[in-house]
Amino acid sequence: MAKLHVSTTINGEPTEFLCEANDSMLDVLRGPLGLTGSKEGCGSGDCGACSIMLDDRLVCSCLMLAAEAEDSDITTIEGMAVGEKLHPLQQKFLELAALQCGICTPGVLVASKALLERNLNPTETEVRYWLAGNLCRCTGYDKIVRAVLDTAAEMREAAQ
Amino acid sequence: MTDIQYLAPHTLDEAVGAFAAAAGTARILAGGTDLLVQMRAGMVRPGLIVDIKKIAEMTSIEETADGGFVVGAAVSGAVLAEHPRFGKVWPGVLESINLIGSTQVQGRASAGGNLCNGSPAGDSVPAMMAADAIVTVQGPNGRRQMPVEAVPAGPGRINLAPAEILVSFTLPPRPPGSSDAYLRMIPRTEMDIAVVGCGVSLTLTNGVCTAARVGLGAVAPTVLLVEAAAKALIGSKLDTAAVDAAAAACSAACRPIDDKRGTIVYRTKVAGVLLKRTVGIAADRAGRA
Repeated sequence: MAKLHVSTTINGEPTEFLCEANDSMLDVLRGPLGLTGSKEGCGSGDCGACSIMLDDRLVCSCLMLAAEAEDSDITTIEGMAVGEKLHPLQQKFLELAALQCGICTPGVLVASKALLERNLNPTETEVRYWLAGNLCRCTGYDKIVRAVLDTAAEMREAAQ
Repeated sequence: MTDIQYLAPHTLDEAVGAFAAAAGTARILAGGTDLLVQMRAGMVRPGLIVDIKKIAEMTSIEETADGGFVVGAAVSGAVLAEHPRFGKVWPGVLESINLIGSTQVQGRASAGGNLCNGSPAGDSVPAMMAADAIVTVQGPNGRRQMPVEAVPAGPGRINLAPAEILVSFTLPPRPPGSSDAYLRMIPRTEMDIAVVGCGVSLTLTNGVCTAARVGLGAVAPTVLLVEAAAKALIGSKLDTAAVDAAAAACSAACRPIDDKRGTIVYRTKVAGVLLKRTVGIAADRAGRA
């Protein structure tokens, strides 16, 4: 069976790849495309470590077929920093030590950025519900939630 | 292993044609939040995957001239939540869909997939039954409609004919004084599967319940439409006696299993408790004085 040819956009770059019909987007990101920032935790949509943006929608790349990427616009964790300049969330996660082993961190960052793009003034409860699909075994979540709330406050200030 | 095909047709006729030609080896892909998990676990090994999201009718939300809604089978929970009107008219249906999984899952998961997955614990199904939703399906012999409660056949099984595809849900216009609600019991606040789920839709006229429907999930091999519970509510002022009778009807309708999520005794009791709470929320939303 011939492989499928897919044309898509990843982190702003027109990208083409070949895949099997049952390859997940995560398989292709981490394999042929070499974008290993997205992690495979569970492979069943429970942990959120593979979170990406698909046409401005937060999704688990393990629950998406690579073939579905045709004509779509995908952003991964690799698209979050601009050159050497970290996104404010990335900077704040470092400052507040909102990570330990780091496996969940790319997914948490992508999901948190999606939240702040919709709501730059979330409550702690809103942050916790929004991130309910991002599991972390190290931090106990409190540092993550504080980092997201602090970043939101700084970004609001910067926007004024 | 990889003699598997992927198709993303732009028309329903193409999708039905491919689905029929695959003679039972094909699977429909909407959001994929069940299908990809099942494929990975080896529970299903499709020869053909038919992605229906490029078919406009599958992903559209239409408010009809009479005030009803037609919701495409593959509309994601996130998209439905952003519709300016749907959640105001059908808050219970919307909350039932939005309870499914995480933010990430909401970006993909659909009510059509939830129904066709055939789980007795699907959250949107009791609310859709309570809403009196009609589904439109299309197959090799054309289109037909059926009430949503006619779709589930048993755990993992539905009453669609070979090569039929679920197209949309049609929700009826709402008379004044109507609303709905959905509650599920889980032992945590997020990210779990219902131990019991209860959907209630009702209409109040001068404080009297003039119409009601009750759907109950995770307490039988299929989601149940509990007509006896609705009957107990209709004609009452939703006083304690009427709501207690409806709760008893819900518990009486239960034919649950014992599993790690809950026992038969627990589920049967909780079904009645949830009915009372869900009626309360729906009645408040409907403008109960």
